[in-house]
Amino acid sequence: MTIHVDVVSATESLYSGAANCVFAPASTGELGIYPKHVALLSTLKPGEIRIETDKGIESIYVSGGIVEVQPDIVTIFSDTAIRAGDLDETKALEAKQRAEEAMSDAEGSQDISSTQAALAESMAQLQMISKMRGKKG
Amino acid sequence: MASGKEIRTQIASIKNTQKITSAMEMVAASKMKKAQNRMLASRPYSDKISQVIGHLAYAHSEFKHPYMKEAGEVKRVGIIIISSDRGLCGGLNTNLFRSLLKQVVQYQAQGIEVDICTIGKKATAFFKNTGLSIKSVLTDLGDAPHFDDLLGTVKVMLDAYDAGEIQQLSVAYNKFENTMTQVPTVTQLVPMVAGEVDGMEHHWDYIYEPDAEVALSALLVRYIEALVYQGLVENIACEQSSRMIAMKSATDNAGDMVQDLELVYNKARQAAITQEISEIVSGAAAV
Repeated sequence: MTIHVDVVSATESLYSGAANCVFAPASTGELGIYPKHVALLSTLKPGEIRIETDKGIESIYVSGGIVEVQPDIVTIFSDTAIRAGDLDETKALEAKQRAEEAMSDAEGSQDISSTQAALAESMAQLQMISKMRGKKG
Repeated sequence: MASGKEIRTQIASIKNTQKITSAMEMVAASKMKKAQNRMLASRPYSDKISQVIGHLAYAHSEFKHPYMKEAGEVKRVGIIIISSDRGLCGGLNTNLFRSLLKQVVQYQAQGIEVDICTIGKKATAFFKNTGLSIKSVLTDLGDAPHFDDLLGTVKVMLDAYDAGEIQQLSVAYNKFENTMTQVPTVTQLVPMVAGEVDGMEHHWDYIYEPDAEVALSALLVRYIEALVYQGLVENIACEQSSRMIAMKSATDNAGDMVQDLELVYNKARQAAITQEISEIVSGAAAV
């Protein structure tokens, strides 16, 4: 009896296929998953995922993530991003700051793309005027 | 009629532009291929995580995560808008913004306010003049965005949701159908609308480790980030294919213009020669 295993990260599929059993580094301790395991959802800590198949043992390193277990499917989401509370907070603050800059920019100095838009508009107006003149003259 | 020299300079300048647009077309074509590959590579993750969310909707859980609960009355919605950093890609961004503005007007008619978060310079430049409040901005992602880059932006909006400032969060981007078609799409992120899974029953629940709240939060946040990331890579593939097509038609148009101008030029040249001959002939006749 085998269990289907998928290991995916945001940028690629790392493993997909049948296995006899899987070992994953769950946050509360090493987890051994055999076919017909009860449904389970757990976070992972950094460590090694071992997938035992008939052909041998496949080993994949994850820096964290999530494992979902259904009786016949195991899905492991590997993190590509490094997550840390403080780091995420800083990034969020940076994003907010950029928004404030953009908003305050709206009144003051203009950036290139909005100037370009204004330029295109006045060019169109000029073209229209010269066309009208051509018709009159 | 313009003189021969004037037309010649005009033809030369159009040919120069044509060279640039055809080079841009080729660059966009090769970038599109890479962007499509990246888009396909990130699909397994978002497909699998959607599948798990589908399972989760069926689980008979004691704990209901706020992201999965139906929100009460909606007073304020958040929209994450994904656009390109650069222009010259046809109507790609404009189409998205136009369909979004329609939706915003609808919201406002219902008395719902809209907070936005922009990804890409074009959206930032466009929406800062619309009077909507921009909560976060992310630009200069390049052609190969990293998952990390998104975390801050998504967190700002999710924090707002957690704090009850917004009652709904969506993401707007261009969906890549094929090289010729890009469809402006708005997908609701929270509260979640889970898909149906065949053959699933309601009489079971997961074992959660370390506990339901931590495990679910970790999963749902990743799910939302995965959807936004998928939107971002699709939008980049759209940008490149749209640019390729825009540049192709620009190159074709330049070719047509050169042809027309050459015709005018030849006519002018011929007229000049005819005039010269008739002048010589009549001069000779006078002698």
